[in-house]
Amino acid sequence: MLRYAIHRLLLMIPTLIGVAIVVFFMLRVVPGDVVEVKLRGDGGNVSEETLKLERQRLGLDKPLIAQFGDWMIGLATLDLGKSMWTDRPVIEEIGIRLELSLQVAVMATIIAVLIAIPMGTLAALLRDSWIDYVVRLVTIGGLAVPSFWLGMLLMLSLLTLFNWLPPITFTPLYVDPVANLTQLIWPALAVGYRYSAVVARMVRSSLLEVLNEDYIRTARAKGVFENIVVSRHALRNALLPAITVIGLEFAFLIGGLVVTEQVFNLNGIGKLFVQSVSRNDFTLIQGMVMMIALFYMLVNLTVDMLYAAFDPRIRYR
Amino acid sequence: MLTAVSVPPPQAAAQRTSVAGPLLAVENIHVQFATDGGIIRAVEGLSFSINPGEIVAVVGESGSGKSVSALSIMRLLPRRSGRVTNGRILFEGQDLLHLPEEEMRAIRGRDIAMIFQEPMTSLNPILTVGFQIMEPLKIHRGMNDAEAGPRAVELMRLVGISDAERRLGQYPHQFSGGMRQRVMIAIGLACNPKLIIADEPTTALDVTIQAQILELMKDLARRFNIALIVITHNLGIVARYADRVIVMYSGRLVEQGPAEAIFHRPRHPYTMGLLRAVPRLDRPRGAQLETIEGLPPSLAAPPIGCRFAPRCAHALDACGHEPPLVAIEPGHFSACIRAADIAAGRIASTAPASAATQTSAVAEPAPLLSIRGLTKHFTIKQGLLGKKTALRAVEDVNFDIFPGETLGLVGESGCGKTTVGRLILRLEEPTAGEIRFEGVDLGGADPAALRAVRRRIQVIFQDPYSSLNPRMTVGQIVGEPLHVYGLVADAAAAVRRVADLLEQVGLRPEISARYPHQLSGGQRQRVGIARALAMEPRFIVCDEAVSALDVSIQGQIINLLEDLQRRYGLSYLFIAHDLAVVRHISMRVVVMYLGRIMEIADRDTLYREPLHPYTKLLLDAAPVPDPDIEKARQPRLIIGELPSPLAPPTGCVFSTRCPLAGPECSQTVPALREVRPGHLAACLKI
Ligand SMILES: Nc1ncnc2c1ncn2[C@@H]1O[C@H](COP(=O)(O)OP(=O)(O)O)[C@@H](O)[C@H]1O
Ligand code: SF4
Ligand code: SF4
Ligand SMILES: [Mg+2]
Repeated sequence: MLRYAIHRLLLMIPTLIGVAIVVFFMLRVVPGDVVEVKLRGDGGNVSEETLKLERQRLGLDKPLIAQFGDWMIGLATLDLGKSMWTDRPVIEEIGIRLELSLQVAVMATIIAVLIAIPMGTLAALLRDSWIDYVVRLVTIGGLAVPSFWLGMLLMLSLLTLFNWLPPITFTPLYVDPVANLTQLIWPALAVGYRYSAVVARMVRSSLLEVLNEDYIRTARAKGVFENIVVSRHALRNALLPAITVIGLEFAFLIGGLVVTEQVFNLNGIGKLFVQSVSRNDFTLIQGMVMMIALFYMLVNLTVDMLYAAFDPRIRYR
Repeated sequence: MLTAVSVPPPQAAAQRTSVAGPLLAVENIHVQFATDGGIIRAVEGLSFSINPGEIVAVVGESGSGKSVSALSIMRLLPRRSGRVTNGRILFEGQDLLHLPEEEMRAIRGRDIAMIFQEPMTSLNPILTVGFQIMEPLKIHRGMNDAEAGPRAVELMRLVGISDAERRLGQYPHQFSGGMRQRVMIAIGLACNPKLIIADEPTTALDVTIQAQILELMKDLARRFNIALIVITHNLGIVARYADRVIVMYSGRLVEQGPAEAIFHRPRHPYTMGLLRAVPRLDRPRGAQLETIEGLPPSLAAPPIGCRFAPRCAHALDACGHEPPLVAIEPGHFSACIRAADIAAGRIASTAPASAATQTSAVAEPAPLLSIRGLTKHFTIKQGLLGKKTALRAVEDVNFDIFPGETLGLVGESGCGKTTVGRLILRLEEPTAGEIRFEGVDLGGADPAALRAVRRRIQVIFQDPYSSLNPRMTVGQIVGEPLHVYGLVADAAAAVRRVADLLEQVGLRPEISARYPHQLSGGQRQRVGIARALAMEPRFIVCDEAVSALDVSIQGQIINLLEDLQRRYGLSYLFIAHDLAVVRHISMRVVVMYLGRIMEIADRDTLYREPLHPYTKLLLDAAPVPDPDIEKARQPRLIIGELPSPLAPPTGCVFSTRCPLAGPECSQTVPALREVRPGHLAACLKI
């Protein structure tokens, strides 16, 4: 098992190199660069000479292959370079935002799981009852309503009902939990609704399937109490597919919350991504893509490990 | 929502003649399912009883209501749709149907245990086997882990699982099918139940394992005085184990009596037909199987009166009223108005055992298909990093098939039968060896020649459903090869050809507009045969082609295959695990074990004088539908299980299970040699 995990971690290296190559060259295909945006972006009249100097400073005048080499060497030494726009290290730029984005993702996941599992289970057990219909309605809503719109509704209600808006500056959880939570609970709720809808539907359908399995009938034929049939025999099997969905959704939340972050005025990874793309900030974009790719792979590995922990049929050696 | 049906309550009185105080008395139960297609009356007016320690078999084709009856007793019918609308189920005098759910739950697993058909799916995959055996002990006996553990070990030993302490902590996927069924039995036995209901307990298992499991169940039932209801469609099983037999047809009980009476003096045309439709190892092989024509009726709109009437050769006008269950002799009941006629011999009751007369293939010098040194090793990677191991599926297999011949290929599951078939069809590349068809080496042939040859090699699978495209109509399925291979001039000709092919396999042309899911199992298999015939083949690989079908339907398909062979001079490789079926249809038989051929002989020789110890044991394990023969003989069981093909025994592959094995057997691989003319065996001690 440990060997397998290490093996998988090692396998990430070639994948990441592949990602690095693809993202590097894709960015260079697009015309324009950071210097133009930065110096001429506001219609400023800047001489070619200045532009050239700036390009020289950023290394953009070197041949493509040399630039690529520099970047790969940087990667090998775990140095993502500096943002071409702010001149601050890429790691630092991402680091500031990652804490916030991660926290929103984790909170949304907790909310989703806490709501989805009981909701999905109840709906499956009471299939076709009014409870089931309510759950189905609520979850369809979750899929149909975009998170950012729900976010806007939340903000508007807070404003009209309490004449209050959540703080807009980020306070880390360990500094002031109350301030932190009053800011981040709202986006977590807005995102968590959709998230829980996806998971609840998964739990419901997979539990319905499992309840039809032969081994459930066996458990009943043994005289097992019905609540134990559900919790021990059915639910544990039914939650396996839900783990995958939870993992995928979680990975998506890092970097995928562009619009929602805008609504809540959060300075997160999504916003940084949009900014860096509009500024042609190559190094920062590259660094973020690498970070998100790594993150996806780690989440995937975690999901596979959880699977193996829950399902004895899966054993990695 | 549902109302009780107005069928006259049958014969409850007739049933009561049995011994005072039966353990379980089912009285006139009716079971219905509410489905989108209307109300399905799955069981109508079923009554029977079972005494302590008695073994009762319930026989009938699939859909006749056997499982539904069993689940009704356990009160485990699907809650949303199924309902017992009428009747009583008395267990030790109390009506189970009116017990509060909690009391019923307490009875399940403690007084009545149930064993299901599918050992592969009936155990929870994520709980240890030990846990699953201990669970009823904890629930019903209030034991804790420390008390239940030793009892679980004891139970596992009782059902013949060695190394019980260690295996307690393993998961179901680490057990073979036979071993899982043993675990199910251990679970059933855990609380010393008074009654065990076993629903097709061995249907999914190999003959050798089947015999082991049945022997075990019978032995345990006798030892602990447990009453046993065995549900099955295999009449051979019934003959070996049952005291009493209940025959069901289309939701009703049609005949009931002591096993001996049912087999020797059947008094219902359906029972008589069933007994005739099974190929039997204890009788000379008949020219053609007698079959029950037609299909069982739909339960949503069953015929009025006797439900067997549409398929009954002896039906009279009076059969339009529901025939009552009447006693013919003490303890023997039949629901046929002509039971007396049958008893008086006015209707033939058993078919004359016609001697074997079949023009066997003219032995032509040139074989149609010739296999030499055929070997297939699959490379199995264990884990992502794990080392690669060779799974020896087929090892040095040689045989010929002549034009117009049927070669039977038998062996336990996993012995490589199907792989041989797939190698011939080129669905798999051989590791070594040569396959020649019509003299052409299939391995070395150029693509064009190969294509031409391949069309003439066709296949029929076990599960017709998964091999037919669900989104194509029958007409499209059968017509597709005609277009692909350009076998017809135009669309109109194709339509005519499809209609013709369907007729050849005994289907009405109207069926070509239907989809596979709208057909019965037997009809689907006919469609599969029609599709194979469309290519005008010379050779067909039949891989367990009738194994999934009911007895009466199985007979129909076998007869069809034989008929087509006579008409078109087809050759078959008939792969199956049922020895009686293989004997019936084959001219020569190949016996395989763990990838190797053990014995080849012509049919009659093989079944009369088998040479190889494995063949002998295999034949011994196969049950025969005759209680006298079965009770008289002491079956010699094949001990143990099939070794893993990843690590086959050295020397003779059968040496780990062979009663004759000596030290030399694990040293030398016995060669397949001609012991008598045309009779080959691979054993050092012959
Ligand atoms: N859950 C169900 N819903 C609707 N019909 C059912 C259900 N279970 C069984 N049936 C029907 O009841 C009839 C009897 O089925 P069953 O008892 O399983 O037959 P057997 O065990 O004899 O093969 C069949 O026609 C089957 O289709
Ligand atoms: S009652 Fe009539 S139709 Fe039914 S089995 Fe007897 S003879 Fe045949
Ligand atoms: S060679 Fe030995 S082990 Fe193999 S079948 Fe013959 S006697 Fe048995
Ligand atoms: Mg059944």
